[in-house]
Amino acid sequence: MSRSNEHIEKPEIAVKQPNPRLKSWKSVFNKLKKNKSAVVGGILIILLIIIALIGPYLTPYDPLYDQDVTNKLATPSSDHWFGTDNFGRDIFSRVIQGTGLTLMIGFFSILLGATAGVFLGIIAGYYGKRIDSIIMRFMDILLAFPSILLALTIVTVLGGSMVNVVIAVAVSSVPIFARIVRGSTLSVKKLEYIDAMRALGASDSRIIFKHILPNITSPIIVQATLSIATAILSAAGLSFLGLGAQPPTPEWGAMLSDGRNYLYNAPHVALFPGLAIVVAVLAFNMLGDGLRDAFDPKTRE
Amino acid sequence: MTGAPNPSYDNILEIKNLQTSFFTKDLEVKAVDGVSFNIPKGKVLGVVGESGSGKSITSLSILRLIEEPGKIKGGEILFKGENLLDKSEAQMRKIRGNEISMIFQEPMTSLNPTFTVGQQISESFRIHEGLGKKEAKKKSIEMLKLVGIPSPEKRINQYPFELSGGMRQRVMIAIALACNPDLLIADEPTTALDVTIQAQILDLMKELQEKLDMGILLITHDLGVVAETCDYVAVMYCGKVVEFTDKKTLFTEPKHPYTVGLMQSVPQHDQDVDGDLAVIRGSVPSPADMPQGCRFAPRCPFATDLCRNKLPDLETDEEGNQIRCWIYSDEWDGDPEVNVHEQSKSTS
Repeated sequence: MSRSNEHIEKPEIAVKQPNPRLKSWKSVFNKLKKNKSAVVGGILIILLIIIALIGPYLTPYDPLYDQDVTNKLATPSSDHWFGTDNFGRDIFSRVIQGTGLTLMIGFFSILLGATAGVFLGIIAGYYGKRIDSIIMRFMDILLAFPSILLALTIVTVLGGSMVNVVIAVAVSSVPIFARIVRGSTLSVKKLEYIDAMRALGASDSRIIFKHILPNITSPIIVQATLSIATAILSAAGLSFLGLGAQPPTPEWGAMLSDGRNYLYNAPHVALFPGLAIVVAVLAFNMLGDGLRDAFDPKTRE
Repeated sequence: MTGAPNPSYDNILEIKNLQTSFFTKDLEVKAVDGVSFNIPKGKVLGVVGESGSGKSITSLSILRLIEEPGKIKGGEILFKGENLLDKSEAQMRKIRGNEISMIFQEPMTSLNPTFTVGQQISESFRIHEGLGKKEAKKKSIEMLKLVGIPSPEKRINQYPFELSGGMRQRVMIAIALACNPDLLIADEPTTALDVTIQAQILDLMKELQEKLDMGILLITHDLGVVAETCDYVAVMYCGKVVEFTDKKTLFTEPKHPYTVGLMQSVPQHDQDVDGDLAVIRGSVPSPADMPQGCRFAPRCPFATDLCRNKLPDLETDEEGNQIRCWIYSDEWDGDPEVNVHEQSKSTS
């Protein structure tokens, strides 16, 4: 049996191999770098995060208690860059303070929603049959409602507060994740290496979480990024309707709602929080679109 | 090593009248219909047959990996004297990969693309022996060495896409052999590889089989592979074993007309062939519409009314070889002087 010791494949020596996992992330990153709008989105998100982290310590005024009653609804000036609102509070400081709040709502609601959705979707896809039918029909019911309406209903039932907004937005984002993950699971579980794992004696939970999950992360990441944008919008919408953050919390949606009454004589009160929402949503959307292209193996270079 | 050899059994695997069917809405398709064969300890059994003859389903049945809508309907699968069909799913998981391992046909898709080769070999150590990361890695390197992969310390950190087909099949073998199984099921392990690599992989399997003293169930449709590696051969046709012999008998005096047909359709390099290569006429009947008599009858050049109407049994001759054909029985109603080899040559 000498043949088995001769090797057709020559070991490539001297080439130092970088960690391939790192390499694949690098290739995604390189593709992302070439996509201008994704880069802009990414930079905006980083900026927003920096603002959220250190902004509150640098604001010129206290967003809640510095009420300059003599200077209500002042237009933007060098003292108040974004002007003041109907209580004479500095809008710039409030917008800055609201950044962290908004990002946190977006992030945590999607974290919650995606976790639940991924779990349900992967279970449905892997076990199929009746479990699949039950889970997915339930998801269909959730999907049948417009997500804002669903969130609205949940907040109404639970009562208006920030935590409940997070829960409501999370629930309304579950079905999208469940669907995406179920589809990916269906395609992955038919692959031969999953059979090979079963032939190796791996348990269902090991196969699901160690072998299927890592193979379907990219659609989850893309969907999560895009969903954060939607979540921010939904949360702002709920606060605008008075169901989310309660005054005097400087939440962008709530501020927008405050400004509504002064739209004719002091449009800046609504304008700046509105712009902030636009920037945040746009940033996540642009990054999400870029990520989707970057993760797509069909787009090379 | 998993358990000391138990002297109470001679065959590492005994399959008795295995029946596996697939159910559609109103149809039962018998993919494996009463298959029986034995694998003696430390021997290699080749299972040969056309596509759709039930070879792969037999192997999946042994590991109880048949998925809906398929079902093992009956029979016995005795592994080391114990019936696998009576085991619970948890007991089966302990057997899979540990005592019975499987190598799949496609080395390209049988490895998880998101894990390094090392992580995948480690899996079986971690599942079955509960080893930690470091220990498992050390043992994985040893396994890679065993299957003849050069510079295993480096290979272990590579991903499947960085390896060639032959390398991947070696990795598959390393994974399968990690826990020293007593039985290895190899489902067309060389079909996807080119010929030089095929020979290497077969040599490797044979070498490791002798070293580790395990039984191998080798599924193939390549008689060359059988000649090179097997001790015994089971020829399957339409979900049934039609001939079971030792390798030598199979090549010197095949008995069943189907086996003879298979032999003759292999090109011989030492014979001049005028004209076309011999073929077996017709095609495999659809499993949903099986002939009621011998399943090979519609394609058999010797078929008589008896063949067409009644299914022959698998008869054992005095040398222990088994054959399912009326020609070798007392009831044969055709030409008593029939010579399978001569006649089929002239008819083809």
